[in-house]
Amino acid sequence: MIFEEIKKKATAYLQDLESTTNIRVGTPTCGKAAGADDVIIEFRKELEKKGLEIPLIEVGCMGLCFAEPLVAVFKPQMFTILYQNVNTQKVKRLIEGYIEGDDPCFEMALGTLEFDENGLPFIPELKRSEFEKRILLRRCGIVDPKNILHYIGLGGYKGLEQALGMSPDRVVKEINDSKLRGRGGAGFPTGIKWEKCANNSSKKKYVICNADEGDPGAFMDRVILESDPHQVIEGMLIAGYAVGANEGFIYIRAEYPMALEIVRNAKREAEEFGILGDSVLGSSFSFHLRIIEGAGAFVSGEETGLMAAIEGKRSEPRVRPPYPSEYGLFGRSTLIDNVKTFSYVPWIIENGAERFAKIGTENSKGTAIFTLAGKVKNPGLTEVPMGTTLRTIAYEIAGGAPNEREIKGIQIGGPSGGCIPNSLFDSPVDYEVLLSLGSMMGSGGMIFMDENDCVVDTAKFFLDFVQKESCGKCTMCRIGTLQLLHMMEKITKGLANLEDLDKLKNLAEDVKIGSLCGLGKSAPNPVLTTLHYFYDEYVAHVAEKRCPALVCKDLLAYFIVPAKCDRACEHCKLTCPTEAIGGVIGEPKYIIQDKCVKCGTCMNVCPPEYSAVIKVSPVDKLYELKEKGV
Amino acid sequence: MKMEQKWDDDEPTLIQALIDIQKGLGFLPPEKLREVATSFGISEAYIWGVATFYNIFRFKPRGKTHIKVCMGTACHLSGGGLVAEAAERELNIKVGETTDDQDFSLERVACVGCCMLAPVVVINDRVYPRMSPLKLEEVLIEFKRDKKED
Ligand SMILES: Cc1cc2nc3c(=O)[nH]c(=O)nc-3n(C[C@H](O)[C@H](O)[C@H](O)COP(=O)(O)O)c2cc1C
Ligand code: FES
Repeated sequence: MIFEEIKKKATAYLQDLESTTNIRVGTPTCGKAAGADDVIIEFRKELEKKGLEIPLIEVGCMGLCFAEPLVAVFKPQMFTILYQNVNTQKVKRLIEGYIEGDDPCFEMALGTLEFDENGLPFIPELKRSEFEKRILLRRCGIVDPKNILHYIGLGGYKGLEQALGMSPDRVVKEINDSKLRGRGGAGFPTGIKWEKCANNSSKKKYVICNADEGDPGAFMDRVILESDPHQVIEGMLIAGYAVGANEGFIYIRAEYPMALEIVRNAKREAEEFGILGDSVLGSSFSFHLRIIEGAGAFVSGEETGLMAAIEGKRSEPRVRPPYPSEYGLFGRSTLIDNVKTFSYVPWIIENGAERFAKIGTENSKGTAIFTLAGKVKNPGLTEVPMGTTLRTIAYEIAGGAPNEREIKGIQIGGPSGGCIPNSLFDSPVDYEVLLSLGSMMGSGGMIFMDENDCVVDTAKFFLDFVQKESCGKCTMCRIGTLQLLHMMEKITKGLANLEDLDKLKNLAEDVKIGSLCGLGKSAPNPVLTTLHYFYDEYVAHVAEKRCPALVCKDLLAYFIVPAKCDRACEHCKLTCPTEAIGGVIGEPKYIIQDKCVKCGTCMNVCPPEYSAVIKVSPVDKLYELKEKGV
Repeated sequence: MKMEQKWDDDEPTLIQALIDIQKGLGFLPPEKLREVATSFGISEAYIWGVATFYNIFRFKPRGKTHIKVCMGTACHLSGGGLVAEAAERELNIKVGETTDDQDFSLERVACVGCCMLAPVVVINDRVYPRMSPLKLEEVLIEFKRDKKED
């Protein structure tokens, strides 16, 4: 089928869809975990009961994870309304309210879905919409990820069509002019990488999409693959055409079974429609795509490690140069970019480099996607212009910390990034600015911490992660991170002294210098930034044996305040997993400290009207409290 | 260039072959690794080297109920470690082990992409959101009861 015909078919599909009321339920991994499958089943049942033939489409994620399960009701000539936290009990009301009738069911509504003059979606009722700019996310949660016609109907593969009408050099120039930088972490200028690969005389070349997303707290690549997979494939096709590669790979981590399934389906569809294959859109350009399942290793995300994995080896990074563009997969010239990097490409080709380069800061152009997790009211995903301040993201978009607490820091970029304190939240997001603060853009995962989170414990957590994930090739990374971990354990156990903090800092700096790849080079960042910005907390652990956030188990104890204990209530006693609670009915309960495993159950089950269980740190405080007879 | 040939012929490569075995059996038994070594014409030691490098490969059978406790960043911050300890206590095994009766196995994973529902536990591919030591105990008691009944 020629592309003109496909487009006609797609337009007809879209017109059909838009001429009827239709329901879209977000069922990405996060939506499913929140119960979206049950909502779908309930919708089917209720619609059937009423004999209503209304299309029910499963879509991806809009990034508004706090509102999941999220349901959008599209009605011709009426507002599209988004409903939040829909459960099976609300389905009937929704059908009778807005789907059959004219009652917008305001009590469940999150807002209306509208599009700006550039066709980018926003939700006027949400204040965060003022600060967001959805380029990569513009179709996420709207388009049916399992229907290529929907994607094409919304203008998909137009960028590819346009690119095929340009010379490959011209496409590379466009990417160069856009000043797009890699979104996989390091921020290398994408155009330069493309140019090097295009200029390589190798007959056979490869394009690889890095969807390993190893940061244990970032999930934007998953969201893009699950919500709008064709966008990534289109970007890879354009890249293949520009650099002269006819084969591509998408490397997806095994922990994302749904992303794998959706991308496999998208590939099949694209092949059926002649978009992937021997003659892309009827041209003389051929491009074949393969999908590879990762086997779970953080270093596999490093580009040379990733290529080793595809070659069936241990994922050990190697020295660069030679860079993949000179000597890559199976020794061929290879272009490797992140999911987001490829996803920007179709938009840039369609809208022109200049429009992309207008967004952002001097050296960081376009938008940036961050995952928002940890202690914030509105966790999820956001896409903002580069240059947006951390404060805007933390408070206007993520909604600040819950329960009137204060955000004390943001860990940006996962285990390779650093922790930035609240006092520096006026800094804009920009590759160089984040680096200058000791952190980095990295994966774009943001983890928010409040007073109840211990930065020392968090730094220890990241070290534990990288130490386990180190491939073992460089001594400094293999043994150095282990030593750092031991030091951190000493600190969190209250066994360290002030001198140890200097040793910690020195070794952390040595590990940075003595490692070959980004894993070891950046592994000390969480320790170094927290030492720098939160030195007091380290001192409290070391000098006072006190964990200010009451997290480090060895430095805290649970205590039941006798005066507050109801005496007749036995909640804590009945639920304690180790029978560590003493005291008979009528007497205040007390904790048998030797038996206590500090799981926190007693504190959670103590009825809020008593709130008799408290945590104390340092442990010695316990004796003080007992002596005082509190 | 042997591997590249495999790509060109669209045959499964080494890691995919191992993933496929594990999908079928739940783990990689030594005799299967031997078979793969023969069919790929590489040494068994090499295959062990590759297989033990990656986190998803297991060399012991899984339990009938497989429990994955998320220890990603968000889950860690909201008490995932306490949940993992509770699972260890309740099942009387350590992370990475299987119970003697082969009913349960326990594993830690790093982020399953549901950070806003932290801490999460995945049991037989179903995500259990917002867990606590107590909630996990309750879920496990259910599972144990179901086991007894059938
Ligand atoms: C330890 C380590 C892990 C990495 N993990 C990823 C990853 O999960 N995804 C990714 O796109 N890049 C990752 N990278 C960066 C890649 O090496 C490479 O820079 C990137 O794929 C280039 O794509 P870009 O130019 O689009 O950013 C990692 C780097 C290191 C050192
Ligand atoms: S950290 Fe557990 S789901 Fe992401």
